[in-house]
This record gives sequence, structure tokens and C-alpha cells, in this order.
Amino acid sequence: MAQKKFMLVNRKAPYGSIYALESLEVVLITAAFEQDVSVVFLDDGVYQLKKGMQTKGIATKNFSPTYRALEDYDVDKLYVDADSLAARGLTTEDLVTEVKVVDSATLATLMTEQDVVLSF
Amino acid sequence: MLHILNKSPLQTGTLDTVVRLAKSGALLLIEDAVYAATKGNGAESKLREAMARLKVYALMPDLQARGMADRLIEGVGAIDYDGFVDLVVEHPNNQSWL
Repeated sequence: MAQKKFMLVNRKAPYGSIYALESLEVVLITAAFEQDVSVVFLDDGVYQLKKGMQTKGIATKNFSPTYRALEDYDVDKLYVDADSLAARGLTTEDLVTEVKVVDSATLATLMTEQDVVLSF
Repeated sequence: MLHILNKSPLQTGTLDTVVRLAKSGALLLIEDAVYAATKGNGAESKLREAMARLKVYALMPDLQARGMADRLIEGVGAIDYDGFVDLVVEHPNNQSWL
């Protein structure tokens, strides 16, 4: 199968809507088809990676540990927008997994290099 | 009046409108709105403006789910579901800002 460059752009906080979980499903599907996957966390999407989620009180599955397992699926291009982190008082210390923190110019360039961009 | 908000302050402009129109009573932040009550969030000054006039509460189970329970801004009341019910009972009316 031909390999394409896929980028998933996550811009929403987890739990308030289904987007974050759906995006994660698509990441896993894309990886299963051995595609070149980049995952971007932008705006409220950076909250998806916050450490310390305890979801028992809202009777919802905490899916944040899955981000740590993405490396096992050869998904290791996780990009976090630096401005979005700063606007929420977060640093990489607050995140569940290793990511590449990128500035606007870098992210803009990465986007233009993709074959397919999926927005969540 | 009890105002109930469920959207992230950095995703929609609803918090701005609530702060503009809610003159007294209480503001309860639930779901993604709890981010507004966390330290370092871009909406912190807007929330402090609200706190000058309104009693502000955040729903603890939603803070915990998002890993933000330890970042609650001082002066914001942390409540559970029973506290949510109490607020609804205490106020003569309420508005859910969707």
C-alpha cells in the first residue's frame, strides 16, 4: 500500500466532546495501515495530554495513557504548539508523554508538507 | 441567579458574555468550563473580574477528570454533584449557557 503523510490536528479539550477520543481512534487506524502519521496538539487540544486525569467522578474512561503507548505503534511524531501550552499555564512537565514542542512557523511548515490533514 | 457554563473559555466567547451580563448571584463552571478556574489559563483575569461580583464555583469531578484539580484558583469554590444540586435549589432561577 502506498504510504501517505497524515496529520491529525487536535484542537479540543478531552471529555467535553467526543473529538479527542475519536482522533485517537483514527491515529491507531492510520498506524495499523502503516501510514506516516503526525499528531498535532493545538489550542485546547494540548489539554488532552495533561497528566493526572482521574475520570471516575464523571464515569468516563481515562484514555490519556494511550498517548504514552503510541510509540509502540510507531507513532512518534507528536507535536505540541508552544503558544497553546503557554496560554494555558502548562509546560512539557505537565504532559503524559514525550512530545516535540514547536513554534508557529515550524507547525505551519509541517502542515504544508502533508498529503492528508484531518481536523478534530 | 445561578449561571452555569460548560464551554472552555479559550474555545468560545461565552465566558465573556456571562461576565458581561451576570450582575449578581453565582457562576458554576462545569465540563470544559472548569479550565477557566485554573491557574495560568488565559482567561484568569476574566474570571477574576467575575469573582468580584459573583460567587464562583467549579465542579470537582470535572477538574479531576481533566487533571486540573490541583490548579484551582483560590477563592473559587470546589463542589461535587450534591453541591451542584444545592446551588440549583438555593437560587430562584438559573441559566445554562450552552
